[in-house]
Amino acid sequence: MDATASLIATTLAAGTPLLLAATGILVSERSGVVNLGIEGVMLMAALAGFAATHATGHYALGFGAGAVVGMIMAAVFAAFALGLVTNQYATGLALALLGAGLSAFMGQSYQGLSLPARAADGIPGLRDLPFVGEAFFSQHPVVYLSLALVGFVTWFLFRTRAGLVLRAVGESPSSAHALGYSVRGIRLAALLFGGACAGLAGAFLSTVYTPLWVEGMVAGRGWIALALVTFATWRPARVLLGAYLFGGVTMLQFHLQGLGVAVPTQLIAMTPYLATILVLALISRNPRWIRLNMPASLGKPFVARG
Amino acid sequence: MRLAVPWRLEPRAQPSRLAAWGSPLLAIALTIVAGFALFAGLGQDPWHALNVFLVQPLATTRGWGEIGIKMTPLVLAAVGLAICFRANVWNIGAEGQLIVGAIAGGAVALLAGPETSRWFLVWVILGAALGGAAWAAIVALLRDRFNASEILVSLMLVYVAQLLLAYMVNGPLKDPMGFGFPQSKLFETAARLPLILPGTRLHLGAVLAAVAAVGAWVLLARMFLGFQLKVAGVAPLAARYGGFSSRRLLWFALLVSGALAGVAGGVEAAGPVGQLTPSISPGYGFAAIIVAFVGRLHPLGVIPAAFVMALFYIGGELAQSRLGLPAALTGVYQGLLLFFLLACDTLILYRPRWRGFARPA
Repeated sequence: MDATASLIATTLAAGTPLLLAATGILVSERSGVVNLGIEGVMLMAALAGFAATHATGHYALGFGAGAVVGMIMAAVFAAFALGLVTNQYATGLALALLGAGLSAFMGQSYQGLSLPARAADGIPGLRDLPFVGEAFFSQHPVVYLSLALVGFVTWFLFRTRAGLVLRAVGESPSSAHALGYSVRGIRLAALLFGGACAGLAGAFLSTVYTPLWVEGMVAGRGWIALALVTFATWRPARVLLGAYLFGGVTMLQFHLQGLGVAVPTQLIAMTPYLATILVLALISRNPRWIRLNMPASLGKPFVARG
Repeated sequence: MRLAVPWRLEPRAQPSRLAAWGSPLLAIALTIVAGFALFAGLGQDPWHALNVFLVQPLATTRGWGEIGIKMTPLVLAAVGLAICFRANVWNIGAEGQLIVGAIAGGAVALLAGPETSRWFLVWVILGAALGGAAWAAIVALLRDRFNASEILVSLMLVYVAQLLLAYMVNGPLKDPMGFGFPQSKLFETAARLPLILPGTRLHLGAVLAAVAAVGAWVLLARMFLGFQLKVAGVAPLAARYGGFSSRRLLWFALLVSGALAGVAGGVEAAGPVGQLTPSISPGYGFAAIIVAFVGRLHPLGVIPAAFVMALFYIGGELAQSRLGLPAALTGVYQGLLLFFLLACDTLILYRPRWRGFARPA
């Protein structure tokens, strides 16, 4: 076991839920909708993923359940924020609170259960290579899937017509509407995609990363993912970088503990949250930089006239 | 793709005042209906369960006292949030400010000895207020100087506060005689809030909460600063034209709401709990957000709203002990209430027009 290789490997694993959730948030926000409820979506999906894997013994079904529940939660958000034109911030908050309450309520009987053993992770052949095998090629398939997802989202948003329309809806919904595009339909699709991504992230946490169901186990990762999208100024490649950076920060605390650094565990556990605040302050410092990159109608409701 | 919705929302010429005040009542009614369905779905007799959840808590004087105990931190925190939200400052980290208030107030309370005067309580409450205000000041500073989103910063600080509390009760403030439990020693009588209603556990904190609500009402309704806050929230451009300093209002709103949330944590520690424990708050700071909205961001409106929320808390406890349901039921009710409120609030700005599923030609 090489310490550096294991730090890299654990960083990749810790960054993956952030990367998945943040990529989904990025697509939703590019269409002009901000869903603050991602924390609640991830909690519900984590429970659903754990329950489905526990019941069937198939991890793939766990991820499927997580994605479906994530989309259902996103659809609830869409029904309110798009259908009833409710305030997006308040609606997201309601979703976060409902997800936390409902997952705690429904998850009581799953506390303390464990999951069946799963096939060895990693890419056969490559994972046995010295150093790089352990560092890069011994991950769960969803880790590689999340990387592919970033590639797909980049291509979709900036190389396809549909991606252009989605971004146009986020910049100027009235122009997109005037051109005959359904602002509400496109935003719904973007939200559902975001929900599915957050769902995969939640299922990854409860079935692969931890793997346990514990009340409140997402522990703020949904909120950190939201902050990440702002840090990344709504660019997929920067989201990738930021997610692994934060994965590294999370893992560093365990490696420090392993090295016997005498700081109380509770104080070390503050690092990801403090790091989020620090980076948020540094990046937001220049309001023009944020405003230049932010989708122009982010968070603003749109009601078609006539 | 056109998204078919069977109604059309027509913007109203003016926001409906009737809908604004009717909406919370409708939302509460819908929450109870949904709760009825939820109980039935869980295999409970819904009438019996609703009776346990919503009526039994009010069956005794002691029960009313318990409601008052839960209302106290909710009203304190929600009054501060009402001021913040009015000024368009999205402080959603009242939970963190409440926890730090409990830590600070608790740290002061632990200094009291058996001979300490009753007036020592003043220092406990002041400590709690300062703790909460300091925690909110971080949010204000980062928003003011660095333009950082107050939503994310205040929320991140909730997690930091929870870890800080865990550290304190496992470290510096841990009871050395506590058999290793992560909690402080019990506060001396001088640092405990006196009870005010015989036969109940209702304490002086309830009076503080009432004073805070009335004080905030006077501020918003009668004072120039309150007027500035409201204008800045409704029409930021008009506020700037009027020469109101948005920075000053940001600091004011956050410091006041932080201090009030801090007092909420302090009275919880020095009131019913009587010591510092890792779970000093069952999510009061988040519930207070809902209370503020249900109370229409009105300092007096939050009182009946806090009553409903307190009922959900006690009802959840009773549902656990008498029906064997998880106490997390309270969280489900809270989330449902906020969702229904948001839906009903649509009626304030829009008039729904049924148009059926057939698409107009």
